[in-house]
Amino acid sequence: MSNLVSQKVNMIFKSLKGETVHALKDISFTLKKGELLTVLGPSGCGKTTLLNIAAGFLRPTSGSINLGGKEINGPGVERGMVFQQGALFEWLTVNENVNFGLRMKKEDPIKTAKKVEEWLDIVGLKGFGNTPTYQLSGGMQQRVALARCLINDPDLILMDEPLGALDALTREKMQSLVLKIWKETGKTIILITHSVEEALLLGERVYVMAPRPGRIHKEYNLPFASRGLKEDLREIKNDKEFVSKREEILTMIWDMEEEIMGKEI
Amino acid sequence: MITGFITFFTIFAVVGAILYGRKLIKTEKTDAVFGNPERAKGGMHWVVVGSSFLLLSWLYYSWDIAKSFYPKSANELCQVAKVNESLLSLKYLFPIVERQHKSTAIIKRENINIEDKIILIQNDPNLKDQDKKIFVNILRDTKLMIPSLTDERYLEDDIKNIINELTIRLNLLTENFPKNSYPNLTEEEENEINEGLKKQLGWGATGMEVPPLPESKRGLKFHAAAAELNSISDEFFEMRNHNPEYLRQSEAIFGEIKEYMDGLGDGLELDYIKDIKKLVRRIEYASIFPPRTLDELENAIRAFDKVQNNEQGNLRTIDIILFPAGTIVASGPQCSEAGPGRWLPKPSDTFRIFGEMLKPSVGYKMIPMLWYEMMGVNRIVGFILPDWIADIMPGKYPVHNQDGTVDPNFKSRMLDIVTGEFEAFKIPVPTGHIWDSFLRVFLGLSLGIIFGVPLGLFMGLNRFAKGFFDPMVELYRPVPPLAWAPLIITVFGIDNVGKVFLLFMVSFSIMIISARAGASGTQLSKIHAAHSLGASRWQIIREVIFPNSLPEILTGIRVAVGMCWGTLVAAEFLAGTTGIGFVENVARKYMQYEVIWITIFVMGMLGLLFDLTIRKIIDKTIPWRGKG
Repeated sequence: MSNLVSQKVNMIFKSLKGETVHALKDISFTLKKGELLTVLGPSGCGKTTLLNIAAGFLRPTSGSINLGGKEINGPGVERGMVFQQGALFEWLTVNENVNFGLRMKKEDPIKTAKKVEEWLDIVGLKGFGNTPTYQLSGGMQQRVALARCLINDPDLILMDEPLGALDALTREKMQSLVLKIWKETGKTIILITHSVEEALLLGERVYVMAPRPGRIHKEYNLPFASRGLKEDLREIKNDKEFVSKREEILTMIWDMEEEIMGKEI
Repeated sequence: MITGFITFFTIFAVVGAILYGRKLIKTEKTDAVFGNPERAKGGMHWVVVGSSFLLLSWLYYSWDIAKSFYPKSANELCQVAKVNESLLSLKYLFPIVERQHKSTAIIKRENINIEDKIILIQNDPNLKDQDKKIFVNILRDTKLMIPSLTDERYLEDDIKNIINELTIRLNLLTENFPKNSYPNLTEEEENEINEGLKKQLGWGATGMEVPPLPESKRGLKFHAAAAELNSISDEFFEMRNHNPEYLRQSEAIFGEIKEYMDGLGDGLELDYIKDIKKLVRRIEYASIFPPRTLDELENAIRAFDKVQNNEQGNLRTIDIILFPAGTIVASGPQCSEAGPGRWLPKPSDTFRIFGEMLKPSVGYKMIPMLWYEMMGVNRIVGFILPDWIADIMPGKYPVHNQDGTVDPNFKSRMLDIVTGEFEAFKIPVPTGHIWDSFLRVFLGLSLGIIFGVPLGLFMGLNRFAKGFFDPMVELYRPVPPLAWAPLIITVFGIDNVGKVFLLFMVSFSIMIISARAGASGTQLSKIHAAHSLGASRWQIIREVIFPNSLPEILTGIRVAVGMCWGTLVAAEFLAGTTGIGFVENVARKYMQYEVIWITIFVMGMLGLLFDLTIRKIIDKTIPWRGKG
């Protein structure tokens, strides 16, 4: 069982002036294999820090995160990462970007080429293999990023606001794609977002985080992601239950924001 | 001929392009809104106007248009200049060039000088009263001596006769000058000129700025008149108005001075008396005449000047219009260009000399500009392979035999190969000034890239490397490269090694800085992505950081090429025996303006070529630049 287990993770940043920022405080959770977790919260609540620790880009001040019983210490192939934008290698074509991981492992180029074709088909980029990535639109670029991450067959996929920079229409299409991939591959996914709607739609589990110190404020188990596999996403969005949940969380986040910024008129 | 054609052609091009441009302005849709950047697009016809304008300016200000349309004008202007030169010293006597008669001016000046000196002497506390008295007396006497020169009564008949005679000669010249028969040369004189003309080169030919011997009938007139005027002028200035009355007074004054100076030691008094003596001598040598004595001569000169101006005819118009900001001046028998035509060589001459220099057999200083020579492959092999290869081969080098011969063995044969001492076919290799300069830039730049880029990337990624190498780079980089040149040239020699090393220093620091900026400017998300895709450190450098830094590196190369090129030419100025900068430096010493302009042109073209090549490479290798 390759569960993701977080045990009392603390992260304290020290600025040069000596001020300390408690970015994460006693974060503990367990994520079973195949679960899709979305993390939501106001800016500065430590979402990205948590993800970076899970990816191994940051070392926690105390506590630990284990994946499949092994402590995470540094980046690794078993944890794939999809970034908001700008993480594609623009000097490479779509093919070269997607097969980057396999090339680094020096795998057989013929097998690799076949795999690349399959994955491009899945993410809907068939025939774009030889296009330079800088010529693609934002949505297509994120599809390439997804394919590039998935081709390595990671146990855990970490997504840092992957759809944040896309327009509403593309975003909806990509949300279906994420759900489709989640279903077909059965991967464990942590997705960070600042959109409440997206968190509700995609998250089998949703964590709402609160800032100062960064902590898990509230946890939800939701049915919408499973429904989204069968139903139209737009119908779900108009669902009464969905709307009430959305308003509940939005109010929660607004309250947190007010706590930080002071109440505005 | 060609110049004339080009002149007309460019004028037509300018007019045509301007008309087309004006028509376009009225019809172009984007021109409706001022400030729209689209208004600056296109405009090839204005390029035509701009370059034609440049070419016309060059043709005009180098007097190539004058040379093309009036090839004899420089030679004729030279003869006129000779006349003007021979008249000049005579003219200075009268209010023709100056405001006053020269005699008047001298008398006025020296009277003031005498008064000033008297005041100075009387107020000097260090002088004895007795000396003061003597000095003042001498000065007063000097002042009283001046009327002996200006009083008509004292003027000798001899002097009067000479002045009359010179006036008659001038008037005769004035009378004969416009006549067609003038000058009446003897056969001998005519032959002499004709002989000289055979050897005379054209205007602007190498080593000959303006041909001095008259080539036309009009020129011959002026040439002959100049000779006559020279003789008149010489005779006049040989003459001195030293009449008996003046001589009596001046001898008395000089006597007094001599008496005072006898046995006088160094000191204030000696300085004073020497000054006074100088003043008296100045009056002695000045051509001071009574006020009305030279009136006839003055009139004769004015009359001749008028006639010679008339005789110049259209030459004056040509001089004013086609010789802008300068003219031909004479100095003795030689004529030269004065003004922009001197340092701005004529396009026709420049291209002719450039064509000449491009011939491999001519070149510059016995070295061709750009050519090839056949070089044995053995020499290249010997240069590339290090000699120690033979040393590490097994065995020993052979020892000579008793019969005085040497049997070669494997080791000695190996030595022959690595030192290049064997027979081989020859291949052409480039040579010449341009190639040498190019090769130096290329080698210096390549070395700078090879060493600078890895070090720069390393410094951009590693705290130790940045800290360790930063002081070294930052200490030598801000120093202007040329400031290093004397030192580098002393250490590494005036030939290629020193210059290549200097250029290496220039490009090295630029490459370090650009590669470092490229490495440290890599987006963290790209590095993160590469890490989570399983790339090793080395793979991240090669596959992510290096390509990501390429735009910065290539821009750095572009900057470095410009810097290297500038530094190289200056370094070749300093020392060396080949290279385009060397050519310019030598040309400067011999005032070969054409060659200087040719080197400037070649340097510009090569610099442009470098830049275009790199721009092409940039467009090909990093099409994603600015689109990430």
